[in-house]
Amino acid sequence: MAEYQNIFTRVQIRAPAYAGVALPRGAWGRQGKGGFSHLLGRFGDAQIGPVYLGTTGLLSLICGFIAFEIIGLNMFASVHWNPVQFIRQLPWLALEPPAPSNGLHFPRLQDGGWWLMAGFFMTSSVLLWWLRMYRRARALGMGTHVSWAFLSAIWLMLVLGIIRPVLMGSFGEAVPFGIFPHLDWTAAFSIRYGNLFYNPFHCLSIAFLYGSTLLFAMHGGTILAVSRLGGDRELEQIVDRGTAAERAALFWRWTMGFNATMESIHRWAWWFAVLCPLVGGIGILLTGTVVDNWYLWAVKHHVAPMYPHVFAPVVDPASLGAQK
Amino acid sequence: MSVLDAFNKKQCMAGGLLLAGLGLLGTLSGCERPPVETVQGGYRGVAMQQIINPRLDAAKAAANVLPAALPPAPADGPLASSVYQNIQVLKDLNVAQFTRVMLAITQWVAPPDQSCNYCHTSNMAADDRYTKIVARRMLQMVRHINSDWKDHVGSTGVTCYTCHRGNAVPQNVWFTNPGESSATGLIAGNAGKNKPAAAVGLTALPYDPFTLFLLGDRNIRVISTDALPDGNRSSIKQTEATYALMMHISKSLGVNCDYCHNTRSFAVWDASTPKRSTAWYGIRLARDLNNDYLLPLTATFPEHRLGVMGDVAKVNCATCHQGVFKPLYGASMAKDYPELQGEMHHAESAPTPTPPAVSPAPAATASLQRASK
Repeated sequence: MAEYQNIFTRVQIRAPAYAGVALPRGAWGRQGKGGFSHLLGRFGDAQIGPVYLGTTGLLSLICGFIAFEIIGLNMFASVHWNPVQFIRQLPWLALEPPAPSNGLHFPRLQDGGWWLMAGFFMTSSVLLWWLRMYRRARALGMGTHVSWAFLSAIWLMLVLGIIRPVLMGSFGEAVPFGIFPHLDWTAAFSIRYGNLFYNPFHCLSIAFLYGSTLLFAMHGGTILAVSRLGGDRELEQIVDRGTAAERAALFWRWTMGFNATMESIHRWAWWFAVLCPLVGGIGILLTGTVVDNWYLWAVKHHVAPMYPHVFAPVVDPASLGAQK
Repeated sequence: MSVLDAFNKKQCMAGGLLLAGLGLLGTLSGCERPPVETVQGGYRGVAMQQIINPRLDAAKAAANVLPAALPPAPADGPLASSVYQNIQVLKDLNVAQFTRVMLAITQWVAPPDQSCNYCHTSNMAADDRYTKIVARRMLQMVRHINSDWKDHVGSTGVTCYTCHRGNAVPQNVWFTNPGESSATGLIAGNAGKNKPAAAVGLTALPYDPFTLFLLGDRNIRVISTDALPDGNRSSIKQTEATYALMMHISKSLGVNCDYCHNTRSFAVWDASTPKRSTAWYGIRLARDLNNDYLLPLTATFPEHRLGVMGDVAKVNCATCHQGVFKPLYGASMAKDYPELQGEMHHAESAPTPTPPAVSPAPAATASLQRASK
């Protein structure tokens, strides 16, 4: 019997590579014959390929490559094409959006035009990839759950990168492309709008984010724990509960009084993951457009608790007419 | 079958572990070595705490030991201005006090191999060295800080040593940073940020907040004072500039944000600590010194003392604080040097009151007239 109490996957299938179901009319052919990798088999399926690229996949890769090159070459130029400095400073480098004074005009390339172009091609790439996922799922006769979950993440990206900046009337509100710069942007965004932790949609998003990881751990742990009893046949056990499903359910009723089912746990997981960027995007969209200081908003609505003062009252020196 | 299959499984595992180990080492190499201690600063539960590393603090303490004070000067005796020529600032001091200040400056500022000659030539009264003209203005500056900026320096006060620490030029000064011009032509600019800049704690934030805030008086406050939009158009980029200034303060003082702020709301004053008020005056103090004392000396300095933009060395929080929440851990040197506190009055030796206005140094006449109050 196969063992499941392991960090790595112990079971690897070795058979002639499976080429996949028949493709619909008009689709591209699959590329490659498919092979096996032992190392990758420890993490996922040992079979690699055949690959399906397709029109949307190819266009997506081209758009993604253009965006990547625009960002990368501008970063490279910013260190005077010095490869050593490019590697050393890479986490700090960025392609910046236009200055706030630019508003919603299309600026010169060096003043943020490159940023707009990179954003356009990145968005095109991501949307084409979304279409590809949707169409591949349809081609396989699957549901389209994965593509809708992906769209939720795309929503958050578009809110941050274009929808909110347009509502605010300035591309300069958007996020720079860069490793540390986008993190600094995030912190500055929270500071500017009076602490994003008091934004209820941000709260919800965090709950769904941490909830997702918790559900992931609970579900993965449960299934691995009952797989020796046949629990790995999750989907069959949705309608035909065996001893694995019964024991798993009983385990959670014992430990927390309530349990998911073999079906509902997957709906929980999907919704938690989808709602994380969905509500997060709503929270970003409301920031600066509807609410300008989330801390004061939380005070106004009695969300923020008040603590006793431990210092003598501090008064704004500017309000004292101190004009030094 | 793939090539990887040929690998012995144990080799695979060993390789994986080695990679993971190297990754972990790489990640940890950016961390500060323990011990780390925390000191609560606000109401319990609000996580206002200063993070202290005793090992690093010991090194800081060693670098902040005061030099021994010179023996005090007797209060009587003839005024220096009646004995020496060309005394413009320290007219209120008697000869003993005057000599004591000169000795102190020699210890605190002048390079040991040059001593008095760093500012003076054989004719001590002559203004033929730029350093003498600068030193004269700096003496006025020290007295100005000690008498007019008690909101920031309190009764602790400052001396030349607070900044100089034995260096002719204080170690922590700043020049306007024009950034590196990007390649050329159509290449995107970096918007004055996105460089690993020590001045702003190695963040990617704007690397020269000083020109904006400590020379110019650009608005630091970007956070709205109403819950709903009220016409505050401060952008994220402006916020990043403010953030950069705050990072500089944090680094210069060796403190966390919540030394001054309750970070649940950076803006609200009644949730802040009293230190925020001190810092508010500190920002204005630096701005005042840069504009009224240092900028007017631009033409006095030789070219090699100026920045790439031809600008004079200027002060920021690090110039005095040098990584410590209070310069020299709050020890007052100024109390040992009443000569530097402000104008002294000698009823017995100075029957006529000293004129209140100081005579400007020749090289900076026009700007001094603007500065003198």
